[in-house]
Amino acid sequence: MKKIHVSTTVNGDEIEFICPPGETLLDALRDRVGLKGAKEGCGTGDCGACTVEMNGEIVCSCLVLGAEAEGAKIKTVEGMTTGDRLHTLQQVFIDHAALQCGICTPGILVAAETLLERNPDPSETEIRYWLAGNLCRCTGYDKIIRAVQIAAAEMRGA
Amino acid sequence: MVAVTLWGSLREFADGQEVVEVEASNFKQLLDELGRLYPGLQPQIRRGVSLAIDGRVYRNSWFTEVRPDSEVVLMPYMKGG
Amino acid sequence: MNFPVKTKTDFKVVGTRVARPDGVEKVTGRALYGADFSVPGMLTGRVLRSPHAHARIKSIDTSAAEALPGVKAVVTAADFGVPEDMSLRDVQDNCMARDKALYDGHAIAAVAATDAETARAALKLIKVDYEVLPHVTDVDAAMAADAPVVQQDRADESVPEGSGPNVTNFFEFGHGDLDAGFARADLILERSFRTEATHQGYIEPHACLANMSADRGELWCCTQGQFLVRELCAGIMQMDASQLRVTASEIGGGFGGKTTVFIEPVALALSRKSGRPVKMVMTRDEIFRATGPTISSSMDIKIGMTKDGRITAAAAKLRYQGGAFPCETVSFGAQAAFAAYDLEAVRSLGWNTLANRPKQAAYRAPGAPVSIYAVESVVDELCQELKLDPLEVRLLNAARDGTKASYGPTFDQIGLVATLEAAKAHPHYAAPLGKNQGRGLSCGFWFNFGGNTCVSLNINNDGTVGVTEGNPDIGGSRASITMMAAEELGIPYEKVRTVITDTNSLGHNDVTDGSRVTFAVGLATIKAARAAIEVMCARVAKIWGIDEDAVAWEDGYAKPSGPNAGNFDPMSLAEIAAIASETGGPIAGHHEVNAEGAGVSFGVHLADVEVDPETGATKVVRYTVFQDAGKAVHPDYVEGQMQGGSVQGIGWALNEEYIYGEDGRLQNAGFLDYRIPVASDLPMIDTVILEIPNPGHPYGVRGVGETSIVPPLAALSNAVSRAAGIRLHELPMSPPKILKAMMSKD
Repeated sequence: MKKIHVSTTVNGDEIEFICPPGETLLDALRDRVGLKGAKEGCGTGDCGACTVEMNGEIVCSCLVLGAEAEGAKIKTVEGMTTGDRLHTLQQVFIDHAALQCGICTPGILVAAETLLERNPDPSETEIRYWLAGNLCRCTGYDKIIRAVQIAAAEMRGA
Repeated sequence: MVAVTLWGSLREFADGQEVVEVEASNFKQLLDELGRLYPGLQPQIRRGVSLAIDGRVYRNSWFTEVRPDSEVVLMPYMKGG
Repeated sequence: MNFPVKTKTDFKVVGTRVARPDGVEKVTGRALYGADFSVPGMLTGRVLRSPHAHARIKSIDTSAAEALPGVKAVVTAADFGVPEDMSLRDVQDNCMARDKALYDGHAIAAVAATDAETARAALKLIKVDYEVLPHVTDVDAAMAADAPVVQQDRADESVPEGSGPNVTNFFEFGHGDLDAGFARADLILERSFRTEATHQGYIEPHACLANMSADRGELWCCTQGQFLVRELCAGIMQMDASQLRVTASEIGGGFGGKTTVFIEPVALALSRKSGRPVKMVMTRDEIFRATGPTISSSMDIKIGMTKDGRITAAAAKLRYQGGAFPCETVSFGAQAAFAAYDLEAVRSLGWNTLANRPKQAAYRAPGAPVSIYAVESVVDELCQELKLDPLEVRLLNAARDGTKASYGPTFDQIGLVATLEAAKAHPHYAAPLGKNQGRGLSCGFWFNFGGNTCVSLNINNDGTVGVTEGNPDIGGSRASITMMAAEELGIPYEKVRTVITDTNSLGHNDVTDGSRVTFAVGLATIKAARAAIEVMCARVAKIWGIDEDAVAWEDGYAKPSGPNAGNFDPMSLAEIAAIASETGGPIAGHHEVNAEGAGVSFGVHLADVEVDPETGATKVVRYTVFQDAGKAVHPDYVEGQMQGGSVQGIGWALNEEYIYGEDGRLQNAGFLDYRIPVASDLPMIDTVILEIPNPGHPYGVRGVGETSIVPPLAALSNAVSRAAGIRLHELPMSPPKILKAMMSKD
């Protein structure tokens, strides 16, 4: 089948790629744009490892077609840093050991950033429900939840 | 002589004994002697065994010393996750 | 040169909470995992899997697939040899079925094509003629004398006569006179339990990239052990190990499930046949159907207790189903079952049976969670019947230093009593409970191992240090290894960088398993550092013109030591490194060892749950983990192991299970239907680390990774029992089961 030409914005950069009509946004980001931060854990929208922000909403990029990115604004984990400066969430995740293997970390960071943009002071319960679509098998979530709380406090203070 | 405790399902291959005595001063000699005296133990020894020597589990290490007064317990070869 | 014995108080780096060295790569998406590698000209490999639980493969016609444009290679079992070694043959046959498909999802053929779409299309063109055979997936049914035979003649000499055709091995452990012990009991309970198989559930799929040319190969893959991957793949490919270089990517979780191979030999075979690099990534459906799961079990437990709480005798019969190939996991379960107790009379029997399910793989303390679940449930029920405090009963019966363990040896220094005392003293144990809530507790145990380990440590000219090791970092071990190197050398953590290398750069390293890495790689790192220190002290002795014995190493400096050493200004590691060229050349230390002496680890968990009487759903409302870690090198990551293992155990207790249909096919091969715990299911997991030093390690380190998955199963079952007034004897305790039990109680 004929491939589709897509013009989109990824992490503020204007990007063009061509992809087959059935290709997921996740595969397009990883294999055509070259951003490997979003991971495929299940391919069915259950694990959240592929979470990216699309037009301000978090999506499982394995459930979005690459072609749907036309004209959209996409943000991935690679877009969280400013130059060599880590986002507060990223720094706090390192400082408070909120990752073990790290495979779920990009998706969780993107989701958490979106949460804190909307709600700078979320309760523990709000954080837990917001991140309920992001599976982590290593940490038991404890240090992740705490890290989001700490980052939120730091960002409110900043 | 070193007294070696066998686990229950091995005893039928050692004339029903729970504890067998072998002449050995290290891990390797001990296994060789066990296999020589009780050939029925050889298949399990080949598949792998661990030795608990004075409460510590050794998975192989031929030259680990075994003293006459050591507590020696044969265990299956252990693996983890 | 003598090394001062470190005591608990004089650590400078060990015990701190430094930032992990691989943190930035992992929070910025730059760390490269299994599926993140690519090379030019790469093909995509896909596997055709059996839709039948058990079927003879009469023929495979691959001609139409091979003719499809874009298809570069198709392989079946015919492309592999037949290894003589049975365990290697089992690994290979699990990667690619020979003669029979043994379970739903068993690999039948594989294709390499220019893209994934073509590869998928090609799979549909492969014609397999199956003769469907009767199947068995249930453990008790598989044990029966008239069960469908999964594989012929796989029983070893331990199997008692008259056992069913699928029983492959039998174990018996224990000591003492059971009859006499039960005769002394005031109450004897006999209960039967069943647990379903669970999956390790790592979020990263198995992935690899193989590049074979003639008899040389390169393999990148996510694994817990690149050296084991090399050994297995070189054996299967019938090539020399030296010609296959395996590089481990970052690993996105393993938990034991990445201690073997599945797609790696297939990718190598496809690459060899096509003459192109081949990348393979498993789908989640494939992961559930063809990798990992644990055993499922059926168990009978009998325990006798006096009315004041002393256990007089205990017996277990464990029947584990380990999939279509033999395994010895039941021996670990049988040995671990009663490890927490000091018993005069104890016996555990274990049988393994084959069934038409995927080959079980190790999962965190393999075999122990289910047997200890059953034992700890019965102990709790005895406490309920006899109106005794379950923690006091554990203390009364606890294994201590000098206890003859239920599996044979005498314990030396163990931390169970200290762990129980810590739980007893903790506010959690006395905290009030709300409506529909209950508190459960359970002990847990794991053996922990050392194993083969190589570390190379190089002193750089600028006074920094490189450590090279061979065990994939699954939970922060780069940090702990770096810390131990810095500690021993007496230099800052930031001056050391640890890399995990490929199979051609170090000698053999056992897989990252058995909670061994911080213990064994740490031990080898300390010894490698000491070797480098010896070289540095010898150089300094020459500079000063004194005996090597008169130079001591302290806090990163060589210093004159002893009455006749003379007066010299101490020389720092950096100063010594800067003149290495002048004093004899580069300075390094290395250590190769088969590390023994890992200490066993005990844990105690307290769980509060609330059971919804309307739905039967269980919510964990408070959870505290107490564990003996030996010296906690990096407390954050020790806590992380304790928390992560606990939550895996909570999933096992409440939700996770393999569900097979009548047709023998797995019905829930995805994260939607195989539900692992999510953030909103859980409370914070509180941790209390006890540091009872392991005498077998220079810093007192024990393994910490596995014990924590053991106690949650019974802790939750015991909590549910007290919250809802029902006692379940099977896992998982999913809401329908709890609701049914609650309704039949009323």
